[in-house]
Amino acid sequence: MASLKAIRKRITSVRSTQQITKAMKMVAAAKLRRAQDAVVQGRAFGEKLREVVSNLAAEPSLREHRLVKPRTAESPRVLLVVLTADRGLCGAFNASIIRQSEVFVARQRENASLVVVGRKGFDYYKKRATPIRSHYVNVGVLPLSEIVRAMTTRALTLFGDEEVDEIYLLYSQFRSALSQVATIERLLPIEAPAEVENPREYLFEPDRDAVIENLLPRYVEVKILQALLESIASEHGARMTAMDSATKNASDMIERLTLEMNRARQATITKELMEIVGGAEALRG
Amino acid sequence: MATSFRLRIVTPARQLLDEDVEEVTAPGAAGEFGVLPDHIAFLTVLAPGRLIYKSGGKRHVLAIFGGYAEVADNVMTVLADGAEPVEEIDAQRAERELRDAEAKLAGLDAAAPDVALLRRVVEQSTARLAATSERV
Repeated sequence: MASLKAIRKRITSVRSTQQITKAMKMVAAAKLRRAQDAVVQGRAFGEKLREVVSNLAAEPSLREHRLVKPRTAESPRVLLVVLTADRGLCGAFNASIIRQSEVFVARQRENASLVVVGRKGFDYYKKRATPIRSHYVNVGVLPLSEIVRAMTTRALTLFGDEEVDEIYLLYSQFRSALSQVATIERLLPIEAPAEVENPREYLFEPDRDAVIENLLPRYVEVKILQALLESIASEHGARMTAMDSATKNASDMIERLTLEMNRARQATITKELMEIVGGAEALRG
Repeated sequence: MATSFRLRIVTPARQLLDEDVEEVTAPGAAGEFGVLPDHIAFLTVLAPGRLIYKSGGKRHVLAIFGGYAEVADNVMTVLADGAEPVEEIDAQRAERELRDAEAKLAGLDAAAPDVALLRRVVEQSTARLAATSERV
């Protein structure tokens, strides 16, 4: 049995770890609430924008638009945008995204390249064979809109210059604090939403093509923004859950160690008593 | 004939407004335009600027930072990149930001990485100021 002192030290150490995990859980919960609001608002906006695009889906100038029309390459060069977190301690969040990206990349073989968001993903891929075209780290520090703009410009340039033929987004979709689902979506060429039954006959200003020309890049941008928001909310959710169970585990551990400590203390006392009794017996003898 | 129509203003950050209004004036890319009830289906690109709507006979002013406006079936949906009610705008701050950004822009050449960002600051501050100058 470990010495009493060693066990006491262990308990102190576990307790201070628990304090950290508890604090992290609380911080994550607060951030999650904000991130969750942003996701919900963003979804509403994205939904509206999709509705507008759907109404235009029948327009030939949209169907044939360079951002919509699928390319007929024999073996398309595919770009995967991987959204990970900058920091760990959030359960399987980063691992499950990276696992999904590995599956995707393995299927595309040498036609695949990457844009990586988040330090965790970047650290993982920088040592590997798949080329990284861009990476963005410190996502939480910079204003989100700036990263979204930079990413959108980069994606549109890579696609427009025919460096790549297809772009996919891999991100963690936020369901709840307990459930985040790694999702792959095609970003470019834009998947034209299904045509609506009776598309509205709009009056356009300045004119139809100018509106479409303006609308589509914005659509891409909103999709990237939404993916980032989902990913951030998922990260906080995953961290909160992970830190909650870490805190619980620490409690269990403290309980077990306390028991062990009491047992050790009892044993020491018993031993000492025996010695005293033994000594007294010997003297009397 | 309807006397009012629905105005919804949505931004990526918040749902700003969902209200019955009688009249809207918005900054279109091709100039300011007005919307009254029973307007024809209409889709336009918005420029940064001020949006004015009348509801219950009261005028309300907002700054919006570009986006789209869709009008259909007596619902006008404004998908703005950003929007602020005039009550939330600090005119002095907007003016200061505008001056700072313009001063910085003047010292940069067009290819500098910050130019796009500064131009947006200029646009947004201008939109804010346009809105505050309309205070009623």
